[in-house]
Amino acid sequence: MEKIKKNGQLYDDTLTEEDFSPVPDRAAIVDQIRPSMRYWPEVGKRLMKNKMAIASLTVLAVIVLLAIFVPIFSPYEYDASNFLAAKQKPSWAHPFGTDKVGRDMFTRVFVGTRTSLLIGVIGALIPYIIGMTIGAISGWVGGTVDMVIMRVVDVMLCIPSMIYMILILVVLGGSPVSLIVALALSGWMGSARGFRGRILQFKNREFVLAAKTLGARPGRIIIRHILPNILGNMAVGLCSAIPGAIFAEAGMSYIGLGISPPMTSLGQLSTDGVAVFMTEFHRFFFPSLIISLLIFALFMFGNCLRDALDPKLRDEDYMARVYRRMRKGGRKA
Amino acid sequence: MAGEYLLQVEGLKKYFNLGKGRILHAVDDVSFAVRPGETLGLVGESGCGKTTVGRTLLKLYKPDGGRIIYRDEDVTHVPARRQRELCCKMQMIYQDPYASLNPFMTIGEIVSEGLEINKIGKDRAERQMMTYDLLEMVGLTKEHANRFPHEFSGGQRQRAGIARALAVNPEFVVCDEAISALDVSVQAQIINMLLDLREKMNLTYLFIAHDLSVVRYISQRVAVMYLGKIVEIGSAAEVYAHPAHPYTQGLLNAVPVADPEFEKSKQYKAMTGEVSSPINCKPGCRFASRCPRATEKCRTEDPLMKQVGPDHFVACHHL
Repeated sequence: MEKIKKNGQLYDDTLTEEDFSPVPDRAAIVDQIRPSMRYWPEVGKRLMKNKMAIASLTVLAVIVLLAIFVPIFSPYEYDASNFLAAKQKPSWAHPFGTDKVGRDMFTRVFVGTRTSLLIGVIGALIPYIIGMTIGAISGWVGGTVDMVIMRVVDVMLCIPSMIYMILILVVLGGSPVSLIVALALSGWMGSARGFRGRILQFKNREFVLAAKTLGARPGRIIIRHILPNILGNMAVGLCSAIPGAIFAEAGMSYIGLGISPPMTSLGQLSTDGVAVFMTEFHRFFFPSLIISLLIFALFMFGNCLRDALDPKLRDEDYMARVYRRMRKGGRKA
Repeated sequence: MAGEYLLQVEGLKKYFNLGKGRILHAVDDVSFAVRPGETLGLVGESGCGKTTVGRTLLKLYKPDGGRIIYRDEDVTHVPARRQRELCCKMQMIYQDPYASLNPFMTIGEIVSEGLEINKIGKDRAERQMMTYDLLEMVGLTKEHANRFPHEFSGGQRQRAGIARALAVNPEFVVCDEAISALDVSVQAQIINMLLDLREKMNLTYLFIAHDLSVVRYISQRVAVMYLGKIVEIGSAAEVYAHPAHPYTQGLLNAVPVADPEFEKSKQYKAMTGEVSSPINCKPGCRFASRCPRATEKCRTEDPLMKQVGPDHFVACHHL
């Protein structure tokens, strides 16, 4: 047996059985390559790395869980009055105190959160979806169709949305459903216009033309090529539309057209609280606190989502790690 | 005539309506033919309608007149289904490697999209294999398949764009200024690769460019465009050796030569004037406003294509 020296090490240059076995199947080799990184798992990973995203998501989760479970497990009904316990300050029995007819504020606040979240999410989502569909048709088809749709939008945007909402609520009465209908009918124009603009922006980009040359149908082009490019903005838009819908509900409740008692919402509760906040501060403080937390968390989450949706930031994560390692190494030396 | 040409274009017109009665004549009565396996270079200055010709051929724009005949089949106006089938025959390599790849898709997804849409390959695994082969064919590796376009250089992106176009196994490829966005050393690599692929895959190119030396290198035949019309068309050797149209002469004169002695001796006559507007064109030769030999006839009458040599046609009244 002959040994050869290479790079200061001895190598055996005799051939073994193994050297004559066939190279493994190509498919097996391919599996050893870095796993295919799909876009969405990647987004999730980036989102979970962001402390602000975790914090806002936690706040949102806590509020949502409380809104679901507090009314179920509370010993008090949200609409049961008890005059013996009226106008109480926060205590162990009533953590958020009671109102002037002795209803437990803790239960009422979270029933109100339920209503507000429902109206916020559905009332933001429905006009968004309507607007997106109309905007996509308008932008993609173009020509006369686009002209007609956009003029309709212009005319509808000229009329203050408050007028539609008041009109619809007067006709349908104050209930969550009529609030959502009112929000949908008064809110789709803005997102239609925005989405149309986005479609126009991408319609003649070269990668969209390339997909067309490959024989892709419009549905595929919009969903696979245009939508991912604008999803970040849409998510942020949606996250800020939810607080908008919650505020709209609160405003309607303030002028007595929103949710009518004994049903309640955060807007209605804080409106009630404003009247008495000099004497019964807790009645104003707790609903407002929940609204503020909810809206702040939604905004922050929207921002983090936008960052996570952008694959260009992947490199920045990596660079940050490299720099940190360099700094550590520097300190040692 | 039948069967001799892969693609024939007869009197192709594409106008854009700018509103208020203004019509932009982007492509105005353009005719040419491409034989299988040859490369036709299409040159001309910016805004002369080269790209519009390419895009109209692939029906990204609806032609406003004329006929496009592909393998003896009139494909000017075909139903959407046939058009999708034609996608596998005629492809396009785009100009800007930064804009032509979707930033939200990996290179692998981009390259395999054509396979997926046209149902080439029986399942995902097979398509993946085909994608890897395509990437290797254009000088990338399979490790690149999982990366996003922003992780690549311009040349690598252009390679991915070429792989995407070749995925559907086309016969005819429009290279729409496929190399003008790259720097010179990368240009050379890509051109040589395109030449190799032409041999290997039996491709026919319509090579759109404004760099005359590149076109001379890659093309067998050359067409010169000016303001939406072809002014001169012929074999590359003929057009470069004996340019007959005053515009072609001016264009070739303007090419700098890396020899100061030659440059000094060259009787350089810069073209004067500006390109006239392609909006609401008047009849007459499009080049008349800048042509040193323009006469009254040039300003009123459209010149017709005249044969001036073997496989050499020029549209000028003075020949």
